[in-house]
Amino acid sequence: MDTLNALAHGFSIALTFQNLGLALIGCFLGTIIGALPGLGPSNGVAILIPLAFTLGLPATPALILLTSVYYGAMYGGRISSILLNIPGDEPALMTTLDGYPMAKKGMAGEALALSGIASFVGAFFATWGLVFLAPQLVKVALLFGPAEYFALFALAFATLGGIASRNQAKAALAAGLGLGIAMIGVDGQTGVPRFTFGEVHLYDGIDFLVAIVGLFALSEVFIFLEHRGTTKATGDASGIKLGRLTPPLSMLKQTAPTMARSTVLGFIAGVLPGAGASLGSFIAYSVEKRLVDKDKTFGTGDPRGVAAPEAGNNAAAGGALVPMLALGVPGSGTTAVLLAMLLALNITPGPLLFTNNPDVVWGLIAALFIGNVMLLIMNIPMVSLFVRVLLVPPRYLMPAVAMISFVGIYGISGSTFDLMVMVLFGVLGWLLRKLDVPLVPVILGVLLGNQMEANMRRAMTISDGDWSALFASPLSIGLWLFAFFGFILPIVAGRFFRSKLPRTDSEADPD
Amino acid sequence: MSDRILGGLGLLLAIFFIWQATLIKESFISDPVGPKVFPIIIAVLVGLSSLAIFFKPDDEPEWPEFSRLFEVGLTIVVMIAYAYALPTAGFVVSTAVTAAYLSWRLGTPPVKAVIAGAAIAIGIYVVFHLILGLSLARGPWGF
Repeated sequence: MDTLNALAHGFSIALTFQNLGLALIGCFLGTIIGALPGLGPSNGVAILIPLAFTLGLPATPALILLTSVYYGAMYGGRISSILLNIPGDEPALMTTLDGYPMAKKGMAGEALALSGIASFVGAFFATWGLVFLAPQLVKVALLFGPAEYFALFALAFATLGGIASRNQAKAALAAGLGLGIAMIGVDGQTGVPRFTFGEVHLYDGIDFLVAIVGLFALSEVFIFLEHRGTTKATGDASGIKLGRLTPPLSMLKQTAPTMARSTVLGFIAGVLPGAGASLGSFIAYSVEKRLVDKDKTFGTGDPRGVAAPEAGNNAAAGGALVPMLALGVPGSGTTAVLLAMLLALNITPGPLLFTNNPDVVWGLIAALFIGNVMLLIMNIPMVSLFVRVLLVPPRYLMPAVAMISFVGIYGISGSTFDLMVMVLFGVLGWLLRKLDVPLVPVILGVLLGNQMEANMRRAMTISDGDWSALFASPLSIGLWLFAFFGFILPIVAGRFFRSKLPRTDSEADPD
Repeated sequence: MSDRILGGLGLLLAIFFIWQATLIKESFISDPVGPKVFPIIIAVLVGLSSLAIFFKPDDEPEWPEFSRLFEVGLTIVVMIAYAYALPTAGFVVSTAVTAAYLSWRLGTPPVKAVIAGAAIAIGIYVVFHLILGLSLARGPWGF
């Protein structure tokens, strides 16, 4: 019952005027960010981090704001999926399959309301999962030494590359690039500069916020520039009538088992390191299709095909917070960005977070519950407001996004050099996306590189340079095996699983 | 072809990285591993995956035609110019110009783009500076 006490304490922190206000703003902004094609959870959160940082928000409120955005974006993504047949972000991709046909049948309002409820169910139970699973994981994590941490980082990269990518070599390259970028700067242990080429600005290393905003937000501007004039990402929602905004009870009853199964699957997908909400919604939809699609109605506007991916991706969003908070190893793109936020605030996530900063953790979790209710209220009766936002064309939106990115980074350091580095990362992100190299491993590498190296060297110092120490304990051997199979199995055992995931050109936004 | 170029560049990068890692000056106090080993491990990872990409390339991505690439390049130049202009010309003016340019290149007619640029610049200035109190670049006119 410690957990429930801690949660009650969390509510006492979250229920302040300021925190509730921030959660409300976060949920609102998040829904808009999720709904707008071209802005998704990870680049939305990435743009807001520098702002939250420069506004001088303390850790708990800042985290409440950003995770509300994160949850909100998961809700918002479905709106353009259903109305425009354009996923508002990558996790909402599967929602287009049945959501848009439903809208064409004149059931747009029901589809939006049903998916809103499915989102709520997924997120609500996943947050409970977070409450109970995270402390258990912390108990395991307290047994970790440097060698185990090193193996855990390797595991995160391996599963990210193995399970969640189409081309494992490209994921490995991306991870290497990120880790390499993290090496730039003064070595923390011996104080010698590395890869700085005598440039004083590089002695502090590359700020990961600069890298994240460049890779995620600026590269999006280039993608839009490239596709200007094509129909891509310019939809017209004006012709669609919303209709009634409450799903009939029979529809809820019909979809209830689907929501339950999808929530469980999505949560598991979210907890696995490296697999995020996109995979959660994909698994939920495909399993549900295999289980209940007897009359072949999936793909033609079956309500269950709308409920499954929405419950799945929102549950995965909650699940992905478990490894991020308990181990300090994010399970998806957006949680990697949230990790960046914590690091920027000098808070190290991981098992010690629960003992050293219980206010942050439990305040955050309580805020997630509150935010979730706010989101349900916002997303059903007020959905027409968000539909109107969808009509803002990208040619006005993207310049604003670019300028806000510059404002955020300039606000942190006030240095032109950082802005140049950000532009450089924007170009790099655009090129990598064109080449189908995933960006999440790059970010993870930049974020975790120094910790990974520090843990390796600490383990070596303890063992006095004996490399077998990295594989000495059963725990680390287990992690290495998991990492090995997580990376190798998807290559060997066939690409049948991931290759079915439809390829989109706008996979702009890793969740 | 693109993937082969990517693989080749990755390999060159890995070699360059290893070479630079061997040049790191070690200090007299050091741990058993030292500052060179981990970068070299990473470079080997980059090298190996580059080789795999080189020998097993994916399908060719759709590259935009040359005029579009040129435009992306020009936009990069504008963004760099913006970064330099911020401290000298101040936030509102440089942002208005850059946002107008971006909006124009994304398909807004010129006059509307100028209005959009000004609206974005003033909007950000009001929300982030006047309301939220964020410090923005100050130009000769104080904004």
